[in-house]
Amino acid sequence: MAGNQPIISVRDVIVGFNGTSVLNRVDLDVFRGEILGFVGGSGAGKSVLMRTIIGLIPRQAGSIEVFGTDLSAVDEEQRRKIEQRWGVLFQHGALFSSLTALQNIQFPMREYLHLSPRLMDEIALAKLEMVGLKADVRKKYPSELSGGMIKRVALARALALDPEIVFLDEPTSGLDPIGAAEFDELIHTLQQTLGLSVFMVTHDLDSLHAICSRIAVLSEGRVITAGPIEAMLASEHPWLKSYFRGKRGRLVRH
Amino acid sequence: MSLTATVKGERLGLAATGAWTAERATELEKIVDDMAARYGAARSIDIDLSGLERLDTFGAWLIERLSRTFVARGSTARIVNLSDKDRGLIEEVRRVNRASDQSKADFQPNAIVSGLDQIGRGMAEIGRSLVLLAHLLGALTVVVLRTIAHPSRLRLTSTVHHLEKVGLNAVPIIVLSTLLIGAILAQQGIFRFREFGADAYVVDMVTVLVLREIGVLIVCVMVAGRSGSAYTAELGSMKMREETDALRTMGLDPVEVLVLPRIIAIVIAVPLLTFIGVIAALYGAGLVCWLYGEMSPTVYLERLRGAIWPPSFAVGMIKAPFMALVIGLVACVEGFAVDGSAASLGMKTTASVVKSIFLVIVLDGFFAMFFATIGM
Repeated sequence: MAGNQPIISVRDVIVGFNGTSVLNRVDLDVFRGEILGFVGGSGAGKSVLMRTIIGLIPRQAGSIEVFGTDLSAVDEEQRRKIEQRWGVLFQHGALFSSLTALQNIQFPMREYLHLSPRLMDEIALAKLEMVGLKADVRKKYPSELSGGMIKRVALARALALDPEIVFLDEPTSGLDPIGAAEFDELIHTLQQTLGLSVFMVTHDLDSLHAICSRIAVLSEGRVITAGPIEAMLASEHPWLKSYFRGKRGRLVRH
Repeated sequence: MSLTATVKGERLGLAATGAWTAERATELEKIVDDMAARYGAARSIDIDLSGLERLDTFGAWLIERLSRTFVARGSTARIVNLSDKDRGLIEEVRRVNRASDQSKADFQPNAIVSGLDQIGRGMAEIGRSLVLLAHLLGALTVVVLRTIAHPSRLRLTSTVHHLEKVGLNAVPIIVLSTLLIGAILAQQGIFRFREFGADAYVVDMVTVLVLREIGVLIVCVMVAGRSGSAYTAELGSMKMREETDALRTMGLDPVEVLVLPRIIAIVIAVPLLTFIGVIAALYGAGLVCWLYGEMSPTVYLERLRGAIWPPSFAVGMIKAPFMALVIGLVACVEGFAVDGSAASLGMKTTASVVKSIFLVIVLDGFFAMFFATIGM
């Protein structure tokens, strides 16, 4: 499934705050059409790398290319073009609290595309249904939605412009195991139907087993290894051993 | 990107080519609607997708919409030469937007009805907020009685903290604004009274106005804007983050922990600020009388002594704690009424300031009638 051409390529990236470096010469490739699971201890800097790639955090050194373009080398206009080609699901959804679910999904369409109201309603409703929600959710405000529904609406918003890459920050955290499994399934289905590349920060071993085509591990500011789950399970690296084959890891091995 | 049609009797062949994606969605929609309108008579439609370069949800939905339009007219529509890559997407959009078709027509009332609806909702809202105010006043009374019975339950640190924020920190701005108000009143008074040769009575006018009304009102407006809004925003964001729920689950009463210290602080602070404000206003009036009205400070003080009637002073000071209570209660009620959204926090903070200033003025009216009746 994974092609050989990287859609995101991170080289020698250094990011730090107040003199301490969080990411220290990180190299990472994400290939077209794959689901990359990005794991690491709490506070290891997984979300920091994700935010650096999408440009929310400045980097001190290194280069990041997305779709073969270095984002620091392009002007505002080109940057906006590239930003339309990715979608981001934040950990807590980050839905706009003053807009309804449907308006949240329509927000990027309203900004970037000039669609007729009818088409916008139809597409937004279609997205809502594609993420497994009923149409009557559309008029609800985020404060009236459950945690799982918020994540689904946020995913629909991330997919609003039919992006090529979606970034997911701990998509299954805070969901019950059934909800989490459904969400995994949903991401997998959407990835297949829409031909997405997925960059997924996660702690969820089930997600890693179930849907990730490749896993990258961040430890001590570097990506120590990247490969399929089998390679992770076989690895003798002490951190990997305790992560994938620790007490909690054993439970999910099939 | 285009859609070309070939007609063979009642059979219509539509061939989609190029990229059917979000950027072109507007043009595509036009093309699709055009086709549907132009070939209304076609009985059997084949939509050929072999020429497609790229397809996303937008394009797929428009193709699906086209085929549904034909099906709705009783024709048959098929999608042919679908690539494996796009099959999933086409099947996906085939599923969606089915149930919502009939429910989508939302009820749109006319202008008069929606105007009446607004008024009705507004009145219900006013009623509800009065009930909430009474509710919080009751809860506060219970807490006050409990605290009198067990004085150790009072959160002294928190009370003092709020007293500092509401009272002490407000002193400079209160002094400045009341000084200016006193000066302006005196200046206007001198200007008008001079026409009648009654300059000296300016002192009487300023004294009565400042002691009875202006001093306490200016202080209340400032406190409502400074501290009432802060109370609402603090309590509102605590409510949003479930902090008040956390307190409750730990067996603590939010009214006791959050509301009581704030109310005590504001009820103590406003009379003190009023006193300071009145002095500053009289000082400002004295300055103007001296510099602008050629009345020497000695004469001003002499006339001031004659003009101050102790009950006038009492009237202002008696009103202050009640107005403070109204500001504090409204601020807390609005704070607890915040729901999950950021917009509601802003709305409730605005409502808190507007409502408390309005209620302070209404209360002032009642006090005016009351004091007139008892001859103060």
